[in-house]
This record gives sequence, C-alpha cells and structure tokens, in this order.
Amino acid sequence: MSLLEEINQRAIDLRVPLSVQLDVTYRCNERCIHCYLDHHDRGEMTTDEIIGVLDQLADAGTFFLTFSGGEVFLRRDFLKLVEHARQLLFNVKIKTNAVLIREAQAEQIRELGVDRVQISVYSHRPEVHDAITHLPGSLERTLRGVRLLTAHGVRVSIANVLMNRNIGDQAGVQELARELGVHYTVDPTITPHMDGDRTILSLRIPSTDLERILHDETLVGDVQEFCAPPAPVGADILDGYPCSAGHTFAYISPYAEVFPCVQFPLPCGNLRQQRFADIWKASQALNQVRSIRARDLEVCSECSHVGTCTRCPGLAYMEGNMRGPSSADCEKSWLRTGIRSANMIRKTEFRPSELVQIRCASPQESSLAS
Amino acid sequence: MENRQIKYVARSTAIAARMLDGEMMIMSPVDSTFFSLNEVASAIWQAADGQTLLADIVDSRICSAFGIDRETALRDAEEFVEQLAKHGILRICTTPVANTPPSGVFHR
Repeated sequence: MSLLEEINQRAIDLRVPLSVQLDVTYRCNERCIHCYLDHHDRGEMTTDEIIGVLDQLADAGTFFLTFSGGEVFLRRDFLKLVEHARQLLFNVKIKTNAVLIREAQAEQIRELGVDRVQISVYSHRPEVHDAITHLPGSLERTLRGVRLLTAHGVRVSIANVLMNRNIGDQAGVQELARELGVHYTVDPTITPHMDGDRTILSLRIPSTDLERILHDETLVGDVQEFCAPPAPVGADILDGYPCSAGHTFAYISPYAEVFPCVQFPLPCGNLRQQRFADIWKASQALNQVRSIRARDLEVCSECSHVGTCTRCPGLAYMEGNMRGPSSADCEKSWLRTGIRSANMIRKTEFRPSELVQIRCASPQESSLAS
Repeated sequence: MENRQIKYVARSTAIAARMLDGEMMIMSPVDSTFFSLNEVASAIWQAADGQTLLADIVDSRICSAFGIDRETALRDAEEFVEQLAKHGILRICTTPVANTPPSGVFHR
C-alpha cells in the first residue's frame, strides 16, 4: 500500500474530508456545447462567506482543495481566495480555461504556491476548439495562458474532453501538450446537464471510437494490463466502498450547497444554514451514501467488473438509483475488456418487448384474420 | 558538535500541510513528494519557527517528551531536517529567519 493509499484509508476510517472541490462561480466566458452547468448567477457566496468556508474545511482536515467553476477568474476576488487557502496550507489546484490569465495572474499563482493548474483544451485546431467553446479566438488565448503559467514555473495539465465533435484530435492535443511541456489527460465522459436534461449525452463518442481510445497505448499506458479481464471478485472487494464520494471527498457549489461529489447532485446541506462539520458528520444523505458497500449494489454486486469498474455513483443516481449501475461505465468496462457487464447481460436477456408483443392490426389484416 | 549548536530550522511557506490523526501530512512544493511525519518528526516540524536552534528544539520538545537521549535525538533530528530541506520543506540557516507559517494552522 502506498503512502497516499494509507493516508486515504486512515481518512476513510476517521471520516475526514481529505479532498474538496469548491466551485466559486458557475458564470463562464465560454459556452461549451457539452457543459452541464447553468451559467446564471443565482446567488454566489461572497468573499467573506468563501473565506469562512475555507476556514471550516481546514478545521475539518481537508488537505487537497480544487478551485473550479464556471470560470474562476470571472470572480475579481479569486486570487484573494487562493491566497487565503494557501495561508491555511491547503494543497491547491485550479481548473480554468486560462483565457483571462495574464502576466500578473501567472506570477501570482506561482508566488502563492499553487500545486497545479488544469486547463481544458479540446483540439489543436482553432476551428474545432472554438466551435466547442463558442468563444472566437479562445484556443489562442488559452494557449497564451498555458505559456505564461509554464514560463513562471507553474505545473500545468491539459485536460482533453472527447466528444463526437473533436474525436480524432486527441493525438494533436497530446503533441501540443508535449511541445508546451505540460501534462496531458484525456476524458471521454460527457454527463447530463445539472437540471437533468440528457440531450447533451448525444455528444458522447460512438462505441467504436471509445473502444479505440481505451486500447490506445499512448493514452492508457500498458494496454494488456489496462484491458485485462477482471480478477475473481473476493469478499474484500464486496466489503469495500464503491468510490470516495462522501467518504473522503465533498463538493461545494457557489451557492454553498454541499454534495458528495461534483457529479452527484444529492443535496446534503447548505453552508449558509449549517457548519460544514455538522453537515459532514450528520447529513442523512451523506450517511446513506456511506452505508453502501459494493455488495449492496443492485446488479453490479454480481458483475465480474465490480472490483475494477469506474462506476460513478453520481451517474447511477442521475439514472435513477445510486445503488444501481451507471450505463456509461458498463460500456467502458465492456469495451475495455471485451466482457459484457451484468447490467448489459440482464438487459439483453430480459426484453419485455419480445416477451409480450401487442400490435395493432390494420382493418385489412383484421378481416383476413377473422 | 559546535556546528550543531548554530543550526536554525524554518518551515517553508510554500508547502501544503495538515495534521491527520496526530501525524503531519506534508507535500513538497519542489517535486510534489508526499510525506507523513510521525509524532516525533511532527513535533520538530511544528517547532521549526526559524527562531529556535535545532538543538534547543531537541532539548525542549523531544528528549524528555519521548524519552530519547540527547545525542541520538540530535543526530536523528539533523538527518531528518536535511532530508526535508532537500525537498524544499524546511530551510536550514545559521542565523534566525522570519516568515514561517504560524504553527496554529497545523492544529486546525
């Protein structure tokens, strides 16, 4: 067990929220076609409120803090918030599109000791990237931000979300990251809109492309290991927690709402009414999430992939059951290993439409039948 | 032995740190190496205010509190601070230094 795994296990045992993502705004200067957020400001926390939240998170033992949005630099007080977080000695990461980063911001980010800045880049081709962000010139401005940060010695990651509009450009973005001397990550996950609308899921890349991505050694490393069939499932796996949401991870929205994770819209409390520690310890919703072990998962507990699947309980919740399967992750497990998930097998074997067929006969057919 | 007497240690302001169950988690600003300090190491770390001699920290915080003889404690402490200094987590100086994070933030 690595030191970080040991720390993580201790945090689970002690119920410490080791990692928190705090979205400081949902406002954004881009309008990405796949974005799940409502960009209207519906009452963001003030500077003082966020500073108070940071103090509470430090008290609760949070170590890894990610500032995200929306676009974080649309808040004029953003670097003041980062400064306060660093005074509290959080390990700070920032997610941004970097469009608004100038020399002064890059220098201040470096001086504040931010661990890493994650920046979204959809394509190396401006016409593709800008068509996704709906902001003309955004790729050029984003790359200027990346260069300014690296010039000041800030560690940068390029996050490449894949959808059907940019599939095929990942090699170009990877090469761009190499040229810029920054880390590269790829993510083929498109999630439903926060209001429940699932129409943006039509942007997900087709299965054939996803399969190719999951078998691309430049993206996943050792393909044989990554795509290996799952090992037999033991009691240790079934007694384990499905994911860190609500155990060592929490998400806080710009409106002071607390959730188990970014993609897990299960309301757990509001920091305008309760202290973080009280929500974290006593929220019925959080305790419900924490009570779930792998063996409690409907369908998934009988699936051979249960120990290795990337199953997201938030996506399962948005499908209607936090104890149920997340279909997108079922597909990934299948395309990765070639072995269908229990959920896929169940759906194939049980087709009510095939068991009971009711068809309206045309008048002509009716007369023939009679 | 004389050199040991004039060694000040100061916590870096660039680190990330938090106490978990009596042990200090620290991440290096230089290479993101992650450390977990045991109780003795945490006590030295917290006392590293840049104003107190390492030998005095060992005398006042380690020897009697943990029942370790002075020579052993000082030798181990010197190895420990040199290791952390390599990762940018502590500074070792021959004169007192200011601008270390207040120790209160670790206890939160």
